[in-house]
Amino acid sequence: MQYLVSVIDDGTEVAQASELAAVQAFNERLRAQGHWVFADGLAEPGTATVVDGRGEEPVFSDGPFLESKEFLGGFWIIEAPHFDVALKLAAEASKVCKRKVELRPFSVLKE
Amino acid sequence: MTDVRRAIAQAQHEEWARVVARLARRFGDLDLAEDAAAEAFATAVACWPADGVPPDPGAWLSTTANRKAIDRLRRENKRENKQQEAHLLYSVPSEPVGALEDEQLRLIFTCCHPALALETRVALTLRMVGGLTVPEIARAFLVQPDAMGQRITRAKVKIRAARIPYRVPDAEELPARVSSVLAVLFLVFNEGYLATGADTDPVRHELTAEAIRLARLLRGLMPEDGEVAGLLALMLLTEARRAARVSASGELVPLAEQHRQAWDTALMAEGHALVRERLASGRAPGRYQILAAIAAVHTSARHVRDTAWWQVVALYDQLVRLDSSPIVALNRAIAVAELEGLELGLATVERLADKLAGYHAYHATRADLLRRLGSREESRVAYDQAIELTANSAERAYLTRRREQLG
Repeated sequence: MQYLVSVIDDGTEVAQASELAAVQAFNERLRAQGHWVFADGLAEPGTATVVDGRGEEPVFSDGPFLESKEFLGGFWIIEAPHFDVALKLAAEASKVCKRKVELRPFSVLKE
Repeated sequence: MTDVRRAIAQAQHEEWARVVARLARRFGDLDLAEDAAAEAFATAVACWPADGVPPDPGAWLSTTANRKAIDRLRRENKRENKQQEAHLLYSVPSEPVGALEDEQLRLIFTCCHPALALETRVALTLRMVGGLTVPEIARAFLVQPDAMGQRITRAKVKIRAARIPYRVPDAEELPARVSSVLAVLFLVFNEGYLATGADTDPVRHELTAEAIRLARLLRGLMPEDGEVAGLLALMLLTEARRAARVSASGELVPLAEQHRQAWDTALMAEGHALVRERLASGRAPGRYQILAAIAAVHTSARHVRDTAWWQVVALYDQLVRLDSSPIVALNRAIAVAELEGLELGLATVERLADKLAGYHAYHATRADLLRRLGSREESRVAYDQAIELTANSAERAYLTRRREQLG
């Protein structure tokens, strides 16, 4: 079972070197314990481009899909046998990256 | 016929949680468990009057519910093969199927999972563990049945999609998870005891009784847990005073003015025994155990003037260290007023003005102390504020009479 751990950023915390080290150590632990799928941080929302390719010509708009004070700063995809394990990992993730996170399951019923 | 009805009602109380817990464990799906259990009870209602009550109603209901669940799975399989896959994915196969007690605990911990909103936990627990119907739960919390149904459905979808497991939390998580369960039971109890609806009865016995029933069930499942015992004792010692708490004219009667002969001695004895058991354990008490001990001090006094206020204050001092909420501080101040004098009590109360300006009990307490100190005008203003903020009809009636008596 995979879960998305989204990092909720409000732009007030600037990433410190010590923080990155803590995140890396956490990531190592995720790998060692078999929870690791993927994780990375995102560039700031201002660098985003919204693309709508549904028409004949794709339409591009500069900036993020949603303008808001809080935005997605990065994410983990973790593997966990059930929710309580994922919840514990999400709490640790929040602690090491010093931000709130949102824990959300991937949908399993896919064709 | 009435015997059969009684047997069905009794089975509903005693067997519902067991039947749902077994099905949830076996099929890994709360929705299916709930529906199959409801179908089995409906079958009992249809069959028992003619066929007679089976010798082991619990086993009969479990077997019937099991068959209903399998029937439903077969029906759905024809339509949707993926369904079965989801059920299999969902179960946690590494754990052996435990005793029935464990199954019920798993169900309780799942319904009271802290990742669900408190009101959702309450609704889900009353439905899955308590066996109340959706309209009954909706009535209890004064919401539309449709809205309550949706709340429960959304919770079941989340439990399933997020794989919230049926498991008893491990030792490390247990205290936090137990307190999540206790918060649910305490909320149900308080909604019954301090009913907030303008049109509901001031005390709703069906809710206090249900909360006590669930707390007794939990106590049976976790006999070693001090806070579980503490909450049960607190409920029993509060419920014991129920008959004395509202007068014949529908007015709230404060503790100091209650007819103590009307208190329920059996509930008091049970509550006192639990408090003594916790004291004898020698372990540091949690919040509910301290509240239960305070209730035990009050119910041990035959007359209000016999109350050991020094014990009450000492217990509140202990509680303040665990819970820094201004409401705890207010209750402590009330005991201080009785022990050390009304002026000191009033000064202690008024230090909480900033935090409790919107809380009716703050104004009611001030009004009472001011009245007893002879400050009529100030007391009247405080009564007005308290009445304005009170939703409970019996409490309004009491406060209004007190205000009128100021002349």
